[in-house]
Amino acid sequence: MIEQVAEPLQQSGFAKVVLELEVNNHPGVMSHICNLFARRAFNVEGILCMPMSDTSKSRIWLLVFDDQRLEQMVLQVEKLVDVLSVRRHGAEHEVFDRLERFFH
Amino acid sequence: MMQMTGAELIVRLLERQGIRTIAGIPGGAILPLYDALSGSESIRHVLARHEQGAGFMAQGMARVSGRPEVCFASSGPGATNLVTAIADARLDSIPMVAITGQVPLSMIGTDAFQEVDIYGMTVPITKHNFLVRSAIELLEVIPQAFHIAISGRPGPVLVDVPKDVQNQMVCFEDFPEPAVSAAAPALDMAAIEEAARMIDAAERPALYLGGGVVHSGAAQQAVALAEQAGLPTTMTLMALGAMPIDHPLSIGMLGMHGARYTNFVLEESDLLICVGARFDDRAIGKAVQFCPKAKIIHIDIDPSELHKIKAAHVAINGDVAAVLEALLPRVKVKLRKRWLSHVESLKSRFPMQMPGRDDPRTHYGLVHAVAAALDDEAVITSDVGQHQMWVAQAFPFRRPRQWLTSGGLGTMGFGVPVALGAALAAPDRTVVCFTGDGSFKMNIQELATLAEEGLNVKIVLMNNNSLGLVYQQQSLFYGKRVFASKYRGEPDFLKIAEGFGIAAVDLDAAANPRATLAQALQTPGPCLIHVSINREEFVFPMVPPGAANTEMIGG
Repeated sequence: MIEQVAEPLQQSGFAKVVLELEVNNHPGVMSHICNLFARRAFNVEGILCMPMSDTSKSRIWLLVFDDQRLEQMVLQVEKLVDVLSVRRHGAEHEVFDRLERFFH
Repeated sequence: MMQMTGAELIVRLLERQGIRTIAGIPGGAILPLYDALSGSESIRHVLARHEQGAGFMAQGMARVSGRPEVCFASSGPGATNLVTAIADARLDSIPMVAITGQVPLSMIGTDAFQEVDIYGMTVPITKHNFLVRSAIELLEVIPQAFHIAISGRPGPVLVDVPKDVQNQMVCFEDFPEPAVSAAAPALDMAAIEEAARMIDAAERPALYLGGGVVHSGAAQQAVALAEQAGLPTTMTLMALGAMPIDHPLSIGMLGMHGARYTNFVLEESDLLICVGARFDDRAIGKAVQFCPKAKIIHIDIDPSELHKIKAAHVAINGDVAAVLEALLPRVKVKLRKRWLSHVESLKSRFPMQMPGRDDPRTHYGLVHAVAAALDDEAVITSDVGQHQMWVAQAFPFRRPRQWLTSGGLGTMGFGVPVALGAALAAPDRTVVCFTGDGSFKMNIQELATLAEEGLNVKIVLMNNNSLGLVYQQQSLFYGKRVFASKYRGEPDFLKIAEGFGIAAVDLDAAANPRATLAQALQTPGPCLIHVSINREEFVFPMVPPGAANTEMIGG
């Protein structure tokens, strides 16, 4: 299903944004979120997901570009039943930086 | 302490939710649930002939009543056959809970017989979906499914239940309470005050009503606002009936097949008050050129609709009935003589043209003749295509939930099973389904269900033996290169109806078609009414896809 979507729009050139999502922890949540970004042809540059200390919830970190559709994207994410909250951070947020060494 | 199987628990929870009719088709993976359903004293099962038919029957019940309704299907092909009806419910915001059987948990992921990942498949077309992993979860999942379906902007929810979960014994203390809708968002009084000021200050305001007005039960408030503030009022395809079409402030349906004057009025407006509508491309044409001079007030229950297509000057997130209630005492009474007389003059210069309206054997004439033989209590459904647009243009809709049509998804095959659902939910009403020969064939198997249930459904078949709207577009926009839109074979629909045990009349052959039609509509029980329509009759006016609404052709 991920392959079947339109070419992503050119997004390089835009600033990056880090989204912090608190979600219900059950199988299927990741598919709801990834599917939403994919079917709207919105690139996710990075994704991280771990259960929180209260294991009924997970935290998801997304690294995305701040193009003009981001506003609508966030509204759509907030509509997902399993998404409890969405917070927005600047690209300077350290969560992806600290992971970078595992990818280089 | 109560003890029962997961299947019995589902049936009890549905009964407690007030479900009285379920459409569906059994199959291997949902047999435990059917076994439990057979013991229900309050739920009636209607056996569809194709799962898409079952899905649309549930939709028909929900569209008529405004309540969430239920359909059942088995795993694999049963579930995939539901997909179109679910997607249709999503796009038109119809509350529905689809329950599917699934292969046992231990076999999920093994490509077992009739296994498909319907959970994964329905992620993008449901409001939410569930794969139930143990029977005890049903105590939460079933009420939550209904809660999600009816809260905020309504929509479909799918619950996939593996066969072993249906058979699993579960012990619990009490039943959960039946689901109720979530509280509407708090009213943004500052925005409402600002909207009232804008309406008072506007010279040429227009009211633009969408399906949300029908879903929210806000038709009365919308009409009151229009009357109080002197607002010419247009309706989307989904909102027809929210304001009676012969109301002096009604300017009819806007958009691709709206009357010329309607689109011209909007073009000139300096304030557009959009209530429960979503600036769909078929309604507004080229977005940047829609209402170019107008400021926009947008009221919607779904925050993601606000600013989505057109940036609103005032955006109000809320239940439209509640917002209109709050708005009404803050808006000044205005006669707006100058603007309304200008609207009148546009209407008389660029009216909706309906050639042949007095001849019941033409498309407009047939719609008028059907309307003349019915009262406003009748429910009208349509399929998708030229006939749908002709009915939308010509039928005098006067109340919300009178008109059931597939707006967002545009699903051919919608009309007949939705009419069945409407008749199941409202057995006292006459239900008339306008269809075309292309659409009719897409769920024609439900004639068997119709005959079996003996419902008061009249099917008015406008037969031009083609995919008329495709033929029209090829004729207008593809250099008359007509391809794959004309049928070579010509089924005898009268014999088909007869074969299913349904009465049929042919207006082509009738000596007095108006009398034959009226008699067919007034005789209780199912009936097919067949009329041949000239293939060269097109839907006009028409905004070419991608053009601005003022660039209409024809009409």
